[in-house]
Amino acid sequence: MEIALNWYLALSAVLFTIGVLGVLFKRNAIVVLMSVELMLNAVNLTLVAFSQSMGDVAGQMLVFFAIAVAAAEAAVGLAIVIAIFRSKVTVDINEINLFKY
Amino acid sequence: MAAQFLFFLLATVAVAAAIGMLVARNPVSSALWLVLNLFCIAGLYLTMNASFIGVIQILVYAGAIMVLFLFVIMLLNLQALPRPGDIEWTKVLAFVLGMVILAQLMYVVAVGLDVPIEPVTTAQAAETGSAEVLARSLFTEYALHLEMAGILLLAATIGAVMLAQRRFE
Repeated sequence: MEIALNWYLALSAVLFTIGVLGVLFKRNAIVVLMSVELMLNAVNLTLVAFSQSMGDVAGQMLVFFAIAVAAAEAAVGLAIVIAIFRSKVTVDINEINLFKY
Repeated sequence: MAAQFLFFLLATVAVAAAIGMLVARNPVSSALWLVLNLFCIAGLYLTMNASFIGVIQILVYAGAIMVLFLFVIMLLNLQALPRPGDIEWTKVLAFVLGMVILAQLMYVVAVGLDVPIEPVTTAQAAETGSAEVLARSLFTEYALHLEMAGILLLAATIGAVMLAQRRFE
């Protein structure tokens, strides 16, 4: 590894924060799900950087399973968005208040 | 020197694409910015010699998952949501919260770790990231986890079909 580990960790921190801001700022439920994917990616980057700098495969195995779970999460999340869109005809998370009262 | 240049190029484009996803008003452009970001992260994996994870990243994330997102966006025929009128205090609070999280993470990175890490050589790193070594570990030590991931994906597929099919009142 020619680049210091800290640079990868700092990049990962920045990407994770942008993902958090996306979850908090955006009103479109699909874009919120995409921001969650961005946060998962930032964590994956940290895991791969540690795994490669320590020469241990366990971190990359974790990333592999994280990608599998992210695929499952995207499929179920988008199905829920489609189901909500059918009943409310919007994906604005301010309008979706099924559980509010 | 070339490795440093490649890292900073990919990192800059990745952060710029993430910010583009954040500020884009149209969900389709958000998704396309995220695809660019995922490609840059795959490139970063390749600069770390993690070739298997890099290829998986392009195939699964930039390929399958983002196609699913774009498909749903186009299926629902979404337009950009109308811009809110006045300044919302929850958004200011959200921005402050995000900056606090960034400061915390940066503090942890800057302070450094107590665990001393001896950096491995490039040849060793290339071996750790190769599909052969990862597959040997995946099908022996992590075989049970692999089966569970398969069952999870099956359950998610069936659940997604059931959810998207049913009309709930």
